[in-house]
Amino acid sequence: MAKLIDINQEASASISTTSTKPYVLQEAAWIKWTLITISLLFLTLFLFLPLVSIFATALSQGWNTYVASITEPDALSAIKLTLIVALIVVPLNAIFGIAAAWAITKFSFKGKNFLITLIDLPFAISPVIAGLVFILLFGAQGLFGNWLFEHDIKIVFALPGMVLATLFVTFPFVARELIPLMQMQGITEEEASISLGASGLKTFFRVTLPNIKWGLLYGLILCNARAMGEFGAVSVVSGHIRGMTNTMPLHIEILYNEYQFTAAFAVASLMSILGIITIIIKNIIEWKAKNV
Amino acid sequence: MELTWKKRKKNTIIPGFSLTLGYTMIYLSLIVLLPLSMVFFNTISMSWNEFYETITHPRAVASYKLTFGAAFAAGLINVVFGTIIAWVLIRYEFPGKKIIDGLVDLPFALPTAVAGIALTSLYAPNGWIGQFFDFKISFTPLGIIIALTFIGLPFIVRTVQPVLQNLSSEVEEASASLGANRFQTFTKVIFPELLPAILTGFSLAFARALGEYGSVVFIAGNMPMKTEITPLIIMTKLEQYDYAGATAIATVMLVASFVLLFVINMIQWVTNRKFNQQ
Repeated sequence: MAKLIDINQEASASISTTSTKPYVLQEAAWIKWTLITISLLFLTLFLFLPLVSIFATALSQGWNTYVASITEPDALSAIKLTLIVALIVVPLNAIFGIAAAWAITKFSFKGKNFLITLIDLPFAISPVIAGLVFILLFGAQGLFGNWLFEHDIKIVFALPGMVLATLFVTFPFVARELIPLMQMQGITEEEASISLGASGLKTFFRVTLPNIKWGLLYGLILCNARAMGEFGAVSVVSGHIRGMTNTMPLHIEILYNEYQFTAAFAVASLMSILGIITIIIKNIIEWKAKNV
Repeated sequence: MELTWKKRKKNTIIPGFSLTLGYTMIYLSLIVLLPLSMVFFNTISMSWNEFYETITHPRAVASYKLTFGAAFAAGLINVVFGTIIAWVLIRYEFPGKKIIDGLVDLPFALPTAVAGIALTSLYAPNGWIGQFFDFKISFTPLGIIIALTFIGLPFIVRTVQPVLQNLSSEVEEASASLGANRFQTFTKVIFPELLPAILTGFSLAFARALGEYGSVVFIAGNMPMKTEITPLIIMTKLEQYDYAGATAIATVMLVASFVLLFVINMIQWVTNRKFNQQ
């Protein structure tokens, strides 16, 4: 505790001295403002303008066209499917993330670092390959293709395949947020709780969960943003059946390729709002975590 | 066996080891490892000649060059501008800084297809930005680099930022009091400290860019031999039900990803060791 306060004081001390830093530790004003200008220009060209252009194009034909494009049946079914996929994927990967973080941070065992690398693996793999592997497993020529056909079970080109591909792509998000956080918090609090007679579950809900809630929430929103926005992996396994297996990103692609730009950007603007909300929640969480 | 033995030796009272580790292993195997192993099984069942011809087909080779080249160029652009942005966000105060800091995460939060269509129309010949250029940007390799730069930016900024934040000012003071000017302090003192983070960020962005599909397909134009990226070749082969061909190309990409993952782990290992020695 004392150490923490120490660090805080040091931090605030260094903040209060930034303005009165000796000149040898500061760049000339013109360098500072050149760097700021370069940064702003770069971010404008690569981030702000794309974001603004989405909303500008979406609303270019007026509000009524905008509302019409996001309430037409195909768009609505795409929105619905996107929500269903996210509602299945996010809880499953959250449960996995918590279990993996518990095993990795509360115990010591051989091969731990290798396990962490394996959990991170989906981040390094192309989403197209994430879709491909499920085609190889469940597609018509796939390993289980014949068996599935005989039993009339559809996985690829249907909801289960899209869920599996999205699970693969968003696999590490929650675990990745929780592992470093729980590593830092150690095991003393849990040990105290157990030795005072609490059960494992009670210890988790009363001791661990309150400690990790912000990290968990952060993992959840990142996982959700990716689950809803995933394009490549879902595109491979969806079969692009309009009104049936189209998520919002796939619907955007179809509209765009049909030169229905306004409609494409209207759906894209909904997804951008989701992205902006994700960023805002992220910043609130970071602020909360800092000011506990 | 090994695992339970280790646990007993450690003698912790916290419960749930077998349950959580068991669940982790089963879930990891079912969702990631088993499906991924299909790529290698299907590759093994191909004849060597068939495999070799698929992966060395001129169209495939052109796509490797394009994908690697564009990912590398985008990574370099991000190393320069990402480091400047991280520096500006940590060291300077200016109006709107908080909002800009938050927006750096936009490429993580924005679906790739959305980024793809937005960048394509911006940089198209009649677009807001494209109209100021005499040459085409969208539908050329240049467009691919722009999309990959967009995707990769947060990787560099977010890995460099914490290192810059935690850099103690004593080393800079020492450097200055020994007579170094600001430029020398940066190149000789600050930059070496940032280098591992920059390399990690570059590798992460590069790995992501190699596999990127959503944002690139819109802006690339997808001309065979010219602007066709490797993930698109896999996609095209799948659409033609050429599963073997798709798998062979996927193997090449997977090997590249594993090598990169290894490099990233090495950088972190070397950095940690250096850090621990100090």
